[in-house]
Amino acid sequence: MTSLARPSSPISRVFEHRFVQYRRTFRASIFSSFISPMMFLTAMGIGLGGYVTNDAALGGVPYLAFLAPGLLAATAMQSATFEATFPIMGGLVWSKVFHAMYATPISPRDIALGNLAWITVRLTMISTIFSVVIVIFGAAESPLIVLAIPAAVLTGLAFAGPIAAFAATQKTPNKFAAIFRFGITPLFLFSGTFFPIGSLPVVLQGLAWLTPLFHGVALTRGLSLGTIMDDPIATAIHVIYLVTLATVGAHLMIRNFDRRLIR
Amino acid sequence: MSELPAPSLIHARGLTKRFGGFTAVDAIDFDVAPGESFGFLGPNGAGKTSTMRMIGCVSPVTNGLLTVMGMDPAKQGPLIRARLGVVPQLDTLDVELTVRENLSIYGRYFGLSRAEVSRRADELLDFAQLTERADDQVEPLSGGMKRRLTIARSLINEPTVLLLDEPTTGLDPQARHLLWDRLYRLKQRGVTLVLTTHYMDEAEQLCDRLVVMDKAKIVAEGSPRALIEQYSTREVTELRFAPGIAETLDGQLDGLAERIEHLPDRVLLYADDGESVVAAAHARGLQPEAVLVRRSSLEDVFLRLTGRSLIE
Ligand SMILES: Nc1ncnc2c1ncn2[C@@H]1O[C@H](COP(=O)(O)OP(=O)(O)O)[C@@H](O)[C@H]1O
Ligand SMILES: [Mg+2]
Repeated sequence: MTSLARPSSPISRVFEHRFVQYRRTFRASIFSSFISPMMFLTAMGIGLGGYVTNDAALGGVPYLAFLAPGLLAATAMQSATFEATFPIMGGLVWSKVFHAMYATPISPRDIALGNLAWITVRLTMISTIFSVVIVIFGAAESPLIVLAIPAAVLTGLAFAGPIAAFAATQKTPNKFAAIFRFGITPLFLFSGTFFPIGSLPVVLQGLAWLTPLFHGVALTRGLSLGTIMDDPIATAIHVIYLVTLATVGAHLMIRNFDRRLIR
Repeated sequence: MSELPAPSLIHARGLTKRFGGFTAVDAIDFDVAPGESFGFLGPNGAGKTSTMRMIGCVSPVTNGLLTVMGMDPAKQGPLIRARLGVVPQLDTLDVELTVRENLSIYGRYFGLSRAEVSRRADELLDFAQLTERADDQVEPLSGGMKRRLTIARSLINEPTVLLLDEPTTGLDPQARHLLWDRLYRLKQRGVTLVLTTHYMDEAEQLCDRLVVMDKAKIVAEGSPRALIEQYSTREVTELRFAPGIAETLDGQLDGLAERIEHLPDRVLLYADDGESVVAAAHARGLQPEAVLVRRSSLEDVFLRLTGRSLIE
């Protein structure tokens, strides 16, 4: 992974392509990265949160403080999923720019890793802006909120790798809608973002434990509330789970880029 | 690597490509010399693109020997690709970026510095006659402009060999002639061109030497002129008859030409002197609706070799 940092490496050239693409829309993108968390925290954290009085189940903090880090992790998941679907299909099928890259000294592996590097940077931008908004809303209980940024990025990468690996096997975007409808939206609603999973029926609690977003939310929330070391073993499990998923996903992504481009 | 002088820039023996059980390229042999302009002529599905992709080191060789600039595509793919220019059959431009951005980012893929890329981009924009569109998005450009941009892009690394897969397919005649002119200039500069086409006029215009491919195999090889001399006559007389008449001609054309081909809509008579064929046909009392005497082309060579016309 040291090659990631070398400025002239093929991976950085793939990254540069994504950056040049992004440059066209970055103002609008930065703007919506601010606006969207502000709207969510105002409506759900302050508006809806005003009616939430059972603070005990939330760990004795205001609903806004409980919700905000959950939304941070969920936003990272959604952004990662978007970045891992349509732009990947674009490069392989629509504009075919990944084929153009492979005609040069760049390899399919470089293309996969360059895209992952870009997604990492995008997630860092989005998560940083989100965390700043959390602090502005007074919803961070601990200075450890700073570490919620890498935790959210890790959560996103746990989705980006596997989903990009899947996207690289597709010839049309038809199944992407199903990922959002049957994957991302249920996770968003039932992985502890809006309420503790203890409120769910026991069977669903077990299911929630298996989802990567649950582990991501546990980390960002533990950091934002400053409770992360209350249960060090659980924290370690969250990190290991997400790192494993991100690593396996990256390997599958490289394998599928190889299969798709080398034929 | 041995230091023996490479006899040819591209060297293939028994080169084979299979997709599962299907053989797309079947044990073909060819050599491309430095500075040469070499063509693969054949109908759709002949295996031209599959061959080009193997040369371009993006498709593994199934069987046989292939060296490109003396190197082995299986082991030195990135090194070879660094010195190739590739114009794929279908455009792979980033249509959301501008013309200049497409050139410069492609140069960056080769590890060129930003300053160098920018200098070369200016030159290539001029070469491709796209300077005025430099800062426009690619999406709305015409097919011919996109193709010129793809060719300009393929030159950004100053390649030793330029691979062009059907460079003018789908373009109108004016756009094709402009492209031919640009390719001719490259040839004059000593760039080795390897191209595929199913247009015989393109092959005759651009290729010093070509192979005719059909059904995964090479069926003939030579210069356009030599192939025409070997497999055809100097001139061809085309006769069109009114509907229903052609079937009643049985034997009436015999002996008028060296060879006669019956196509669905016309009859082709191969003889060095076309006018005397026309005269002889009239003398026999035949009354074709239309008569055309033309020079023989690679189309005739292909028909002779395969019994089919090149573009179905
Ligand atoms: N990736 C592939 N998988 C399976 N079959 C393929 C693949 N690429 C090409 N073919 C088949 O190989 C044959 C030759 O194709 P191609 O090399 O594209 O021919 P050409 O460029 O002369 O039209 C065709 O029958 C085509 O369907
Ligand atoms: Mg082809």
